[in-house]
Amino acid sequence: MSDLSVLYDAPGPRAKVRNWLYTVAFVAVFALIAWWVLSEMADKDQLAGEKWKPFVEDGRVWTTYLIPGLLNTLKAAFLSIAIALPLGALFGIGRLSEHKWVRIPAGAVVEFFRAIPVLLMMVFANQAYAEYSTIESEMRPLYAVITGLVLYNAAVIAEIVRAGVLSLPYGQTDAAKAIGMRKGQLMLYVLLPQAVTAMLPALVSQLVVIVKDTALGGALLGFDELLGQVREITANYGANTIAAFTVVALIYILLNALLTTLASWVEGRVRRGKKSTGAVVAAGPGDTAGVDAPGVDAAGGPGGAGKTG
Amino acid sequence: MPSRPDGTPLPSNEARARENVFDFLDQYDVWEAFWVTIQLTLYSAVGSLVWGTALAAMRVSPVPVMRAFGTLYINTVRNTPLTVIIVATSLGLYQTLGIELGGGTSKDISFKLAVLGLIAYHASFVCESLRSGINTVPVGQAEAARALGLGFFQVLTLIVLPQAFRSVVAPLANVLIALTKNTTVAAAIGVAEAALLMKEMVENESDVIFLVFAVFAFGFILLTLPAGLLLGWVSKRVAVKR
Repeated sequence: MSDLSVLYDAPGPRAKVRNWLYTVAFVAVFALIAWWVLSEMADKDQLAGEKWKPFVEDGRVWTTYLIPGLLNTLKAAFLSIAIALPLGALFGIGRLSEHKWVRIPAGAVVEFFRAIPVLLMMVFANQAYAEYSTIESEMRPLYAVITGLVLYNAAVIAEIVRAGVLSLPYGQTDAAKAIGMRKGQLMLYVLLPQAVTAMLPALVSQLVVIVKDTALGGALLGFDELLGQVREITANYGANTIAAFTVVALIYILLNALLTTLASWVEGRVRRGKKSTGAVVAAGPGDTAGVDAPGVDAAGGPGGAGKTG
Repeated sequence: MPSRPDGTPLPSNEARARENVFDFLDQYDVWEAFWVTIQLTLYSAVGSLVWGTALAAMRVSPVPVMRAFGTLYINTVRNTPLTVIIVATSLGLYQTLGIELGGGTSKDISFKLAVLGLIAYHASFVCESLRSGINTVPVGQAEAARALGLGFFQVLTLIVLPQAFRSVVAPLANVLIALTKNTTVAAAIGVAEAALLMKEMVENESDVIFLVFAVFAFGFILLTLPAGLLLGWVSKRVAVKR
């Protein structure tokens, strides 16, 4: 039922009037809420021009706070995925191993890190670095954020890799075995290269989750990323909380919308591509792969909550 | 001399060695913290199910304005970090605009604000799951219903949604598990749930941080694993065989 208009008939004269009434009612309610919000904001002096002006007129807001914050967010996100990718691939392949003593521990580690909140790992890593390492205190939040994100996302990527390999037609394995490849060669030369194309969209979508999770470090560990700039800006530009939040949220939304678009573009290419088998680990807007939590990807949740992809 | 939050001095290392390793738990109310986590999860789950269903209905409705609103809401909220939403409810709604959601102590208010933020965020994922569920219902079902003369709301509530809900138990279970874990973000606005207590504990009991981590990790596994198993079983039971 991809064309949702099957839910209703082409509107006749009465339905047209009714739909028109619904439109008016909805717009009225929406306008009422918007008016109330705006009047509350005006009451608290949040609509005043000088609270919003710095973001348009004063380049220093951007060069001192927002852009360095955004760069820190991106740094943490890309470092995390760069480290999590090989680690996740290792565990994902480990879970597919024929040996029980590899498969079971790898599975246990993956399920463990998928089942606990990423914030717990960040808080723990932050304190562990303070106790057992010599990382200086201003670098510690970055390390802690990356550690938390790597542990969690390696587990998620392991599941994506596993789903990617399992999505390939079995003929690939048969053919590789028929020409005498060993297990290592089969994985390295036949399955993994194809799985990477199949799981590329899911990986880009995971990047959205990672970008969103870096904000945790800003709120709780004092990591100097985009969200952390709100406090600095409101302290320096006269309590423009609403304006600062709006701008910061817009930056996140634009960045993530860009990544989501990239993911669906890649997915389209992979699906249409002639070189691949057409297998794809979907990550489109239709499923819940974007929820930053475990068990929300093509391979099902912890405890086998079921396959969603 | 270092001391615990209640003022009692920390035992010396020798005394510690003789203690039971889990004695540090006596100083803190871990149950209370996890109870707050569970409450956050339950209230937010019910709220996001209701709001998410309403959003899904809007997204498939015959009224273009509602469809546009639904799409805009989903695309905005899904791309905003939950942390930004939660912190904004506290700093923006409460401290700047003075919205108290019925008032109470500052503890009650931040709890309600956290629930509001969690609902706003997770409703978009509930909506998307439901919409994909609606897509699994065969076109013939809606066509047959229309042939009987049912209107949009009747088609949706009597024919399509009941079948859609049965096929999205597994995705909804995943959203619920995600929600359980995401309640930790409420720590950012000082809701006294598990993650905030853990943060306090690793700072105060820095010699047993691995144990502290293990206790809280175990707590969350205990919350998410049975939910996943149970709902996975339910999803197989209720799935529409086609």
